[in-house]
Amino acid sequence: MSQIPHELMYTKSHEWIRTEDDGSVTIGITEHAQEALGDMVFIELPDLGNEYDATEECGVVESVKAASDIYAPLTGEIVALNEELEDAPELVNSDPYNDGWLFRMQLAAPDELENLLSAEDYEKSLNEEEE
Amino acid sequence: MAFIPHTEEEIQSMLSTIKVDSINDLFDEIPDNLRCQSLDGIRSGMSERDVSKMMQQRAHQDGLPSCFVGAGAYDHYIPAAIWDIVTRGEFYSAYTPYQAEASQGTLQVVYEFQTMIAALTAMDVANASLYDGASGLAEAVLMSVRANRKAKSKKVLIPDTVSPVYRQVVHSIVHNQGIEVESIKYDPAKGSIDTENALPTAEKFAALVIPMPNFFGQLEEVHKLTDWAHQQGALVIALVNPTALGLFEAPGNWGEAGADIVVGEGQPLGIPLASGGPYFGFMACKMGIVRQLPGRLIGRTNDLDGKKGFALTLQAREQHIRRSKATSNICTNQGLMATASTIYMALMGKAGIKQVAQQCYFNTNKVKQELAALDGVDVLFSDAHFHEVVLRLAVDVDVFLDEMATKNTIAGFNLSQAYPELEQTLMICVTENRSEEEIAQYLGDFKTVLEKLGQGQKA
Repeated sequence: MSQIPHELMYTKSHEWIRTEDDGSVTIGITEHAQEALGDMVFIELPDLGNEYDATEECGVVESVKAASDIYAPLTGEIVALNEELEDAPELVNSDPYNDGWLFRMQLAAPDELENLLSAEDYEKSLNEEEE
Repeated sequence: MAFIPHTEEEIQSMLSTIKVDSINDLFDEIPDNLRCQSLDGIRSGMSERDVSKMMQQRAHQDGLPSCFVGAGAYDHYIPAAIWDIVTRGEFYSAYTPYQAEASQGTLQVVYEFQTMIAALTAMDVANASLYDGASGLAEAVLMSVRANRKAKSKKVLIPDTVSPVYRQVVHSIVHNQGIEVESIKYDPAKGSIDTENALPTAEKFAALVIPMPNFFGQLEEVHKLTDWAHQQGALVIALVNPTALGLFEAPGNWGEAGADIVVGEGQPLGIPLASGGPYFGFMACKMGIVRQLPGRLIGRTNDLDGKKGFALTLQAREQHIRRSKATSNICTNQGLMATASTIYMALMGKAGIKQVAQQCYFNTNKVKQELAALDGVDVLFSDAHFHEVVLRLAVDVDVFLDEMATKNTIAGFNLSQAYPELEQTLMICVTENRSEEEIAQYLGDFKTVLEKLGQGQKA
């Protein structure tokens, strides 16, 4: 079973969300997602300053096996990007919850955080997916 | 590779699985008026020999006219070796096999093709070819909008000096995708864009198309236009004639930063003139936007034993991986034509292509000067031109062309059809493939027909 840190929140589409002290949120893809996709070769991040609605497509992760969309888990504006991924997309494989983060958003509707999954709920949804 | 057709039994089983009576029912959305109902000129049950004889006779009805028209397709000499090699069994297939384990030779040829196109255009990377120059330009327009999200605009500027046929094809392909095409007028005195006064100033746009040479054969101010577009935050799409690159600066070197996307018709590189093709398009770009490039890409790599090999690469751009979000619905290339052009470029080399370009320039210029001396002929536009020359005739252009056709000569392109404001204009092109005798005959006939029609007009 892959790692699902307790302090984070999750989506069914396999993004993780961490709230930061300044009120912004950091977003990445889960260990389960990176394992399923395989070795990353390219990460297409959204543009800084772009605004997205929750569940809107905002980027692409491309691995040796497939290319999959990344969805904005919450409504808001992109305020920071993990620029290291441009040259080192493999960080998403080696450290999905820390150095492999994708982007940071400033939320337009913080109450949407309540719609996210807890670690337990995400683990349950993974088990359901397997069944 | 074996190509095994389906048996009647297999076809019936597939049809019954999807609950369709006949294969024709699969095409019933094509309206009746678009269908070719029957081939009236060919009686049924003809033998292969009879069909073959009839087709040869009909082909000969064209005669073997001398061609003095360019306008997008060019009659160049094609060395015999090219089609001799292309029609070898290893190459001659309607299908380009991409399986790396079975097709190293084919993949290497395509890789060489890409390398040569990249060298010719001075770009980082080229794809495995597209269907033709016009659809290639449409792909370049779509690509530029994807690659330039920062512009936050789906507008692309296409000057009126781009071939009218290309502009129609671009319109057909992009207008339902929310892309707006804005034209740029040309300076009627120069036949090219007036970079001082005609450039739009207000809104943002995603890309500017720069034709070189333009449809009239005129040379646009490519360096200035490239820098201007980049200053506006737009990408530059260079639309080039490959032969012309033997003489002029490659798009990768235009202005401060070079063009971002280069596209063009590949027919001049060893493909015979044929109405409707097959021709091929070539397309190249800067490495930074390669993931937005449509079409197949072959890369060189090493296998597990460390041996050099070739394989499809960056396939996540393509339809079989990305489905509806692919860069294009083109998942093939114009393989046989690209192979022919690879052999043409290898045979001619850098020096050969330059010589072809020089001879074309010399021939066209010589004919232009001779014709300019005739009564009833005016040369339009500036002296800086390649391939095409625009002439204004004192007589009706269509009547003139018909009269020249009786002398077994395709004397030029009636430019007024596509540009009504350019009244009574004929556009001509004299490639390296016209002999001195043909040119002398053309000049003589031109004068005779002009005088004959001119007298008719006066009477």
